[in-house]
Amino acid sequence: MEALKEKAFVSTRNACKLCTPLGASIAYKGIAGCVPLIHGSQGCATYIRRYLISHYKEPVDIASTNFSEESAIFGGQSNLFAALNNITKQYKPEIIGIATTCLSETIGDDMQAIIQHYQAQNTLPDSPQLTYVSTPSFKGTHANGYHDTVLALVKRFAAFTETNNAINLLPGFLSTADLRHLKEIMRDCGLPSIMLPDYSDTLDNEYNGSYEKVPEGGTSIEELVAAGSSRASIELGHILNHATSKESAGTYLEKNFSIPRFNLPIPIGIKASDEFFTILQRLSGAAMPQKYLKQRGRLVDAYVDGHKYVFGKKAIVYGEEDFVLSMVGFLEEIGLETVLCASGGGSGLLKKMISEKVNPRQDIMVRDDFDFEDIAVACRDLKPDLMIGNSKGYYIARELGIPLIRVGFPIHDRLGGQRIRHVGYEGTHELFEKIANALIEHMQEHSPVGYKYM
Amino acid sequence: MDSKKINFKDPAEIKEEILQKYPRKVAMKRAKSMVANDTEQAKEIQSNVRTIPGIITQRGCTYAGCKGVVLGPTRDVINLTHGPIGCGYYSWLTRRNQTNTPSQDPNDKIDGENYIPYCFSTDMQDENIVFGGEKKLMEAIREAYEIFKPKAISVFSTCPIGLIGDDVHQVARAASEELGINVFGFSCEGYRGVSQSAGHHIANNGLLTHVVGRNDNGPEGKFKVNLLGEYNIGGDAFVLEQMFEELGITLISTFSGNSTITAFEQAHTADLNMVMCHRSINYIAEMMETKYGIPWIKINFIGADATAKSLRKMAVYFDDSELSAKVEAYIGKNMEIAEKVRSEVVKTTKGKLAMMFVGGSRAHHYQDLFEELEMPTIAAGYEFAHRDDYEGRQVLPGIKVDADSRNIEEISVSADPERYKPRKTEEQMAMLESKGFKFSDYEGMMAQMSNNALVIDDITHWETEKLVEYFQPAIFCAGIKEKYAVQKMGVPLKQLHSYDYGGPYAGFEGVINFYKEIERMVGTKIWQLIKAPWQGEPEIVGTVGMEI
Ligand code: SF4
Ligand code: SF4
Repeated sequence: MEALKEKAFVSTRNACKLCTPLGASIAYKGIAGCVPLIHGSQGCATYIRRYLISHYKEPVDIASTNFSEESAIFGGQSNLFAALNNITKQYKPEIIGIATTCLSETIGDDMQAIIQHYQAQNTLPDSPQLTYVSTPSFKGTHANGYHDTVLALVKRFAAFTETNNAINLLPGFLSTADLRHLKEIMRDCGLPSIMLPDYSDTLDNEYNGSYEKVPEGGTSIEELVAAGSSRASIELGHILNHATSKESAGTYLEKNFSIPRFNLPIPIGIKASDEFFTILQRLSGAAMPQKYLKQRGRLVDAYVDGHKYVFGKKAIVYGEEDFVLSMVGFLEEIGLETVLCASGGGSGLLKKMISEKVNPRQDIMVRDDFDFEDIAVACRDLKPDLMIGNSKGYYIARELGIPLIRVGFPIHDRLGGQRIRHVGYEGTHELFEKIANALIEHMQEHSPVGYKYM
Repeated sequence: MDSKKINFKDPAEIKEEILQKYPRKVAMKRAKSMVANDTEQAKEIQSNVRTIPGIITQRGCTYAGCKGVVLGPTRDVINLTHGPIGCGYYSWLTRRNQTNTPSQDPNDKIDGENYIPYCFSTDMQDENIVFGGEKKLMEAIREAYEIFKPKAISVFSTCPIGLIGDDVHQVARAASEELGINVFGFSCEGYRGVSQSAGHHIANNGLLTHVVGRNDNGPEGKFKVNLLGEYNIGGDAFVLEQMFEELGITLISTFSGNSTITAFEQAHTADLNMVMCHRSINYIAEMMETKYGIPWIKINFIGADATAKSLRKMAVYFDDSELSAKVEAYIGKNMEIAEKVRSEVVKTTKGKLAMMFVGGSRAHHYQDLFEELEMPTIAAGYEFAHRDDYEGRQVLPGIKVDADSRNIEEISVSADPERYKPRKTEEQMAMLESKGFKFSDYEGMMAQMSNNALVIDDITHWETEKLVEYFQPAIFCAGIKEKYAVQKMGVPLKQLHSYDYGGPYAGFEGVINFYKEIERMVGTKIWQLIKAPWQGEPEIVGTVGMEI
């Protein structure tokens, strides 16, 4: 085993990334009246649905073009046409969001031409809008799929009409509770906003005794169009879809519609949240509501109170690159020592971004294109006190006998994984207490004395 | 009609309502997959045909059936997915098939290898798609070997592999030679079949070709059996293993709950194959009979009566008075315990309607349990079964071979020159058959169902919704993909793939778990909380200084 430590494996063993059409499906779920359609064999759609359903604990309808051997040879046009007709008839969606797969990309289906062809034949006024994104999984990860889809959506719809007063908020891949919180903040600051995408309702629906096939909520097509006329964009995340595209939704809007872009980290931690609120204040030109001053104050208070439990503990952080980047910034603030930042993503930017944006006190081992077995091996030397990331790292935490703080995606072994809040002062506060409490609990359970006063 | 059967109202109305919403061509196709059961006259149901694009299905892909279902539960083989990352990731430890781990086995009956928690993938990148992935695959196999030194590695192809033309079998052979272990590949690209089912078939073929028969030194015993089509979901296999042990039955191998490659290699030394899930495993049962002379019978260990019946069937086959006596004692003792629980829970469950749409055998097997709960099955169907699983094996000769079934390689099997050995003489077989004993037979789901119960193959999302709305069943059994949609309609959904993380449900121990679970689910009061008492128009009851 020792000899294997430094070896670079060609295989991926327990991947720390998911595939691109999954990211696309989540982004599409944030568009009002949208049914995602995965263009390929049915297995991909079924697997992706199952994964999303068990994380969000909601129905997640995603259609497939159900390729057969024949479509694998001759291309998927006729399957796509049939799928579009059948979805339209059953769901009456406003929009169908198509994502390609490894299979259709290997075949080389020309999506643009196929869709144009379809549209030329189907001109009924109630035909849904169509949009597509190219998401072969042999390029990039679910994070790329997500951001590429957001980009594809603005490319398809954003237009200049007349300047409106809205702010485009491009939140990145966050939890439903995060999205709700961001909207609340924008509202409180008196800033009309277009959040893209917004799956805070569609993937976290309330119970009312009836089943909506296309659940309410999401960014509307009008909003997508209006995004081209907004007065500014806030794009959260620095790495975004860098591995698969030269532009992001924010840079595209800036370049083509001259919409100023404020690129910020995902606001986890005081510093990142401060940056976010500072921009909001600049944009609104008004004083921050008292509420947030208080939230910030309470968070500082919590840091002060809880510092003794977390200081100097060693943490491993993993997940999507932008998520890891912000998480490290937060951990630096609270005095936790991050010993490894890992991501399955492969932009090549993670290390640079961490040193630029976070500038940590000590050198942190940063690895992209990492898998969980790489993490497990690294852990033998690093001896972390806790792990922070999604459910899939559980087996390592279990082996090491250390706590795992479940954040991010996917969370399949806890209730409420879909609505963990990470962002803003309040989200950070919840996260901080979760981490401190996990460490306290660990200490308590491993103490020979049954302390109840810690 | 036997007494357990009911005569339901003709479901023509709901069928009509469902079909109306489909485009005409789709409606015509779906109509053939929806049949009102007729207890007097056998009916044909369309099944194992392509799902229509854009119609949301429960089904997965060929790869899922091969890698996930059949090979997935075997702990000492490394399953390597050859393809891009998603396919492997999504099938990583999600099926809840359990296995003995070293720490659980103080008697050291197993060798401590357990690779189920590992998800190996070649994680194909752009350049591998363009230039081919065989080199990367070979390298990945070497890595898997280097890390774990396993006795076997199997390789599963996903969709792009077939297209770029990587020859996984050739690579597997080369790796076998180089590493001196058993490496074998499966061409189980997702698009090959209409569902998981094709993957089961491909897995069966591969196991027979590459694994079964390689080791003649199986455990000794008077009554040696294999259990086929049991996947140890929720610990079912553990219950059954214990039952066999108590009865003095030697279980050579299980395909593939709590299984090992070594046990598969010895499977040909058993004297009887007992088939649980007919759909996923009948191929290897048939082939083992041809190749090694082992007869197979259909059994079902889900349900108290079914378990008793299956055990008796096994005892008749072995024709040993001591075994028969043991079996009777075992049944007697356990029936009494089960009956005590049943008679309690039935007060809650009696007369409530059940529906089940799942898998390729569970939608049938669980009807036995619901019968015991006195809950009639108003509608049922499989996700990926074939006509024989609905109508019985007698329809097999009449099933048309279509393009999709032709995709799956039919392997030709003949008697093994050294290992073929008939387990019973022809006279003995004829004797048993004359007493009503049925070999190689499965009568299918429909024979058990009530009159006018609705049978639907590959039910769609939309049909699920309509059925629930129309029949308002007390419970709906399916999987996680259907769970939250059905529950949004106020009907509890029992997951029968993963057992809602509960179980075991097999054998007598399982029966009791299931009875209690269903009682709890159909008796829940949660649905009454949907509306807040203050919802709607307020009713003014007083003025500001409210009187008390
Ligand atoms: S690519 Fe093919 S093998 Fe992989 S999940 Fe999709 S359908 Fe299945
Ligand atoms: S083929 Fe590609 S898109 Fe489909 S599941 Fe596999 S990785 Fe994902």
